[in-house]
Amino acid sequence: MFDFSAITIWIDQLLRSVMAPWAVVLVEGVIIGVVLLLLYALIALALIYAERKICAFFQCRYGPNRVGPLGLLQPIADMLKMLIKEIISVDKSDKFLYGLAPFLVILSSMLTFGCMPFGNGLLTLDFNIGVFFIMAVSSIGVLGILLAGWSSNNKFTLIGAMRSGAQMISYELSIGLSILSVVVYAGTMQTSQIIAAQENAWFIFTGHIPMWIAFIIYLIAGTAETNRGPFDLPEAESELTAGYHTEYSGMHFGFYYLAEYLNMFIVSGIASLLFLGGWMPLHIPGWEAFNNVMNYIPSVIWFFGKTAIIMFIIMWFKWTFPRLRIDQLIKFEWKYLLPIGLFNLLLVTIMVVMGWHF
Amino acid sequence: MSNLSLLVVVFLTGISLVAAAIAMAKLLAPRTFNPQKGEPYECGIPTRGGSWMQFRVGYYLFAILFLMFDVETVFLFPWAVLVRDLGASALVSVSFFFGVLVLGLAYAWKKGALEWK
Repeated sequence: MFDFSAITIWIDQLLRSVMAPWAVVLVEGVIIGVVLLLLYALIALALIYAERKICAFFQCRYGPNRVGPLGLLQPIADMLKMLIKEIISVDKSDKFLYGLAPFLVILSSMLTFGCMPFGNGLLTLDFNIGVFFIMAVSSIGVLGILLAGWSSNNKFTLIGAMRSGAQMISYELSIGLSILSVVVYAGTMQTSQIIAAQENAWFIFTGHIPMWIAFIIYLIAGTAETNRGPFDLPEAESELTAGYHTEYSGMHFGFYYLAEYLNMFIVSGIASLLFLGGWMPLHIPGWEAFNNVMNYIPSVIWFFGKTAIIMFIIMWFKWTFPRLRIDQLIKFEWKYLLPIGLFNLLLVTIMVVMGWHF
Repeated sequence: MSNLSLLVVVFLTGISLVAAAIAMAKLLAPRTFNPQKGEPYECGIPTRGGSWMQFRVGYYLFAILFLMFDVETVFLFPWAVLVRDLGASALVSVSFFFGVLVLGLAYAWKKGALEWK
């Protein structure tokens, strides 16, 4: 496996040889920031295009095909359009909170985005509390959405934000429990060590049925967490116009749009990190030749490939299942997913303590 | 770079993305003034009454329930890291904690707190 940290260490040493230590930190910070920003924007553009094309495919349409070849420039045109739209704020709104809300939403997705293991050695934030940190910062997004709904001074946004808040905090419990079962299984919270523990085989293969249950619970709860698919009732357009971001216009709205797609990427990225080995290639113990062939595929392709497959499944959910009602949503979480998650955590613990795994 | 400075870098990246985009939009976007633009969007009809009002108590109930369970899952994280080393004793001791957790859920269920009314 090519280790990308060779490149980063080389850049670091190159900078150190020509600059003072404080300047090195500054320059590296700027480089990391720019790379993250570019990746963030590129992934969002790619996802918007993919979503529209896949949606069209499910509905027997062509999708965007006018702007550029195959409509590839459509998301860029959309972004430019959003940039040149006026940002309107409602007279009676709470101006400070109204302006603050997009910051919180983007900040939470950016901080989680920094924890993504893009490849071997391409990991920005690697704390020893890794997945716990991811859980903590991803819940800041709820605050942004609640603030947006409350500060707009509009009934649609208020109802949308309240629904979204109830939904996101409820499903966060299930996400927490399935992350917890992976932590029990791996014995560590650090992102890089969770991936390293999956070198011989991914957790979904070694963890027997409990890991599959945790994976499925994570997928369902993750879809709910991103306000997508069958769980998109906070922004149910037929009853709430656009939910919590009804009053946001222009680029302000663009941030919610951006964060929604990025959150989908992040949820899929965490799923591939926890259950499908992050950037780790598919290894089967004992099959040396096969493992060597798999090692030739770059780690970046492994990570983005796994993430793309999970994202496709999440998009598939959206165009297959009808939207849930709020009472069904709450019932589904608290009466089915949560007890199953608790029971599953116990199963994983028994499995680990008794050593019933590969 | 240390982890803390990386955290600061990612934090500032998030802030600057929003700030730069808003500044760009302010520069590029046209601005016109019209009293009707400031009205809340509600199907074209002027809003009746205030919007900052009481909402369903059901949401509050679920927030309380969430708080209870989330705090308890936070307590489980340090245990989860060590359970492999501690072995069966960790399982036995945490099963009491688990019992209380499940009891709390069962109580809320029995009381009808999980119903949406």
